[in-house]
Amino acid sequence: MELGPYLILGLLEGLVTAAVLSLMALGLSLVFGVMRVVNVAHGEFFMVGAVLAWWIAGAVGGHPALGFLAALLLAPPLTAGLAMLADQLVLKRIGYDPERTIVATIGLLYVIQQITLMTYGPDARPVEAPFNQRLSIPFVEWTPEGLSMYWPWGLGTTSYKLAVIAAAVILLTAIWLLMTRTRYGLLMRATQLDRETAQAFAIPVGRVYASVFGLGAGLAALGGVLIVPIQQAHYLMGHDPLLLSFIVVIIGGLGSLPGTVVAALLIGVSDGMISVFFSPTLAKIIATLAVAFVLIFRPQGLFGKRAL
Amino acid sequence: MTDLQKSWVLHLGIIALLFVLQFILPAYHHGSLARVMVLTCYAMGYNILFGYTGLLSLGHALFFAAGMYGLSLSIAHLDWNAGPALLAGLAAGFAMALVIGMLLLRTAGVAFMIVTLMFAQAGYLTVLYFGEWTRGDEGFVIQQDLRRIAGYDLSDPTNRYFAALLLMAACIIITLRVVQTGFGRVLVAIRENEERTRMLGYDIQRHKLAAILLSGTMSAAAGAAYGLLFGYAGATFASVQYSIFPLLWVLLGGAGTVLGPFIGTLFMFYLIDLSSELTTAYMLIAGLVLVALTLFAPQGLVGELRRRTMRWLP
Repeated sequence: MELGPYLILGLLEGLVTAAVLSLMALGLSLVFGVMRVVNVAHGEFFMVGAVLAWWIAGAVGGHPALGFLAALLLAPPLTAGLAMLADQLVLKRIGYDPERTIVATIGLLYVIQQITLMTYGPDARPVEAPFNQRLSIPFVEWTPEGLSMYWPWGLGTTSYKLAVIAAAVILLTAIWLLMTRTRYGLLMRATQLDRETAQAFAIPVGRVYASVFGLGAGLAALGGVLIVPIQQAHYLMGHDPLLLSFIVVIIGGLGSLPGTVVAALLIGVSDGMISVFFSPTLAKIIATLAVAFVLIFRPQGLFGKRAL
Repeated sequence: MTDLQKSWVLHLGIIALLFVLQFILPAYHHGSLARVMVLTCYAMGYNILFGYTGLLSLGHALFFAAGMYGLSLSIAHLDWNAGPALLAGLAAGFAMALVIGMLLLRTAGVAFMIVTLMFAQAGYLTVLYFGEWTRGDEGFVIQQDLRRIAGYDLSDPTNRYFAALLLMAACIIITLRVVQTGFGRVLVAIRENEERTRMLGYDIQRHKLAAILLSGTMSAAAGAAYGLLFGYAGATFASVQYSIFPLLWVLLGGAGTVLGPFIGTLFMFYLIDLSSELTTAYMLIAGLVLVALTLFAPQGLVGELRRRTMRWLP
C-alpha cells in the first residue's frame, strides 16, 4: 500500500476518535466552564456508559439494533442520574472548592472503578453493532492510460464507524442549539458568566450545577455507548479518553464549544495519523508533552480567551 | 518547655521509639514498617510542596521514579556500585525537579495540577517506551549482591529497617529545620496568601523553585531507597496511581504537619493490608476514605489533633 491510502485510513480512524472525543471533552468543558471544577472521574462516566450499554443490550436481546437503541436511550440518562447523585452527596457539600473537588473526584474514580470491577468483572466485552457493513474505499493512481481508480487492499471502513461520525455531528449541533437557543442554555450561560449575579436574579444555581454535572456525565456516557461496538467495554477504559479530553479541553480553551470541536478534530486525527506511522506510546508521549507546553506558554488555550 | 523543645522531644522520641521497635516487632510487621518508613519519605517530600507551600502536584511519581530508575538503571546497565548509584538517583531527581520546576513556575492553580499530571504521564509512557532497558510494567529485580553499601547488605531485614529509619529520620529533621527557619515560614506565607507575601518583598518564584527542588529530591531519595532496599524497579511506580498515593497519605495524616505523612502512610498501609485480607476491593476503601476525608476531616488526623489539643505541633 502506498502513502495515500495509509493517510486516508489514518484520517478515518482519527475522525471516529475525534467524534467520540468531542462529545466527552464537551462534557468536561461544560462542567469546568459552568462549575469551575475539574472532574477527574469524567473518564469513569464514559466507562459506565459503555458498561451499561453492554448490560442493556444483553438484557433486551433480539436483533442487535434493538438492544443498541435501548442502550443509546437508557445508558446516558442513567449515568447522568448517577453523576447528579454524586454532585448532591459530595461536591455540593464541599462547596465546589476546586482542590477538594479534585481529591473527591479521584475518590469517586476509585469507587466507580472498583464497583464495576466487582459487578462487571475484569473482562472486556463487546456490544454488537446495529449495522456493520464493510465499505471499501477506492483510491486513484497514475497508470499509463491516465488517472484510474482502484481498491487498495486493507483500505476500508464500516458503515457503523461512519454512523458514529454522523451521530456526533448531530449531537454537537443539538448541544449548540441547547446552549444558544433555549432558556436552559441561557441559565447555564448566566451561571457561567457570574454565579453570584445569576443567583441574585433568582436563577437556581444549585439546580443548574447539578444538571450541568449530569449533562457532562451523560455526554461522556453517550461517547461510551457509541464506541462500545468498536472497542470493547472494560473497567479501565476511561483512563486514556480522560487524558485525551483534558488535552482537547485545554487546547480548545475552556468553555468554548467551537474550540473544543476543532481541538478534538486536531487531536483525534493527529492521533490516528501518528499511530499509523509511529508507535502509539510515542504518539501519546508527544501529545501529553504538547499539552503541558500549551498550558505553560499559552494558558488560555489555543482558542480560549480565559486563563485556566 | 518551649514549643520548640517540645517538638524536638516529640520527634526525636518517635525516632527513638521506632529504633527500639525493631527489636520487638515480629518479622512481618518489621518488613512492613520498613516499607512504610521509605514511603513516608516520599510523602514528606510531597508534603513540603503541598502541605507547606500549597502547590498541589498530581505528578510526583515522576520524581519518585526518577530516583528509582536513576539508581536501578545505573546499577543494572552501568554496573555501578550501590553507593554512587544512590547518588545518581538523587541527582536524577534533582535535575528533573530543576527542569520541571522552572517550567511549573509559569503556571498556577488548576493549570499547575494538570501540567504536573501531564509531565508524569509523559514520564510513565517514556519508561514504557524504553522497555528494552526498563522492562516496562514487568520491571526488573536488582540482584542481592549488588545491594551493598560500605559492606552492609541492605537486603538483610535488620539492615534494611535501620537504613529506612535513618532515611526517615533525616527527612523528619530536614522538614523540622525547614519549618523552624524563615524559609519555611515564607513557604507557609505563600500558601496562605501569595500576593501579600510578594508585597512584603519576598521572591515568590525563588522560594517556590526551592520548595520544588527540596520536595522532588526528597521524593527521589525515597524512590532510590525503595529500589535499593526492596530490590525492584517497575513502571507501576511511575504511574498516576503513585502520584495519587502521597496526596492521599498526606491528606489523611494532615497536610502541613511534620508527622502527618508518617501517620497517614502508616494508617493507609495497614488499612489496605488488613482490608485486603477481607476483600480484594481495597481500591473501593481508598476511594471512600478519600471522599470521606474531603467531607469530614479536611485537615487530616494530625491536623485535627493540632486543631483540637496540641496547637504547638509543627
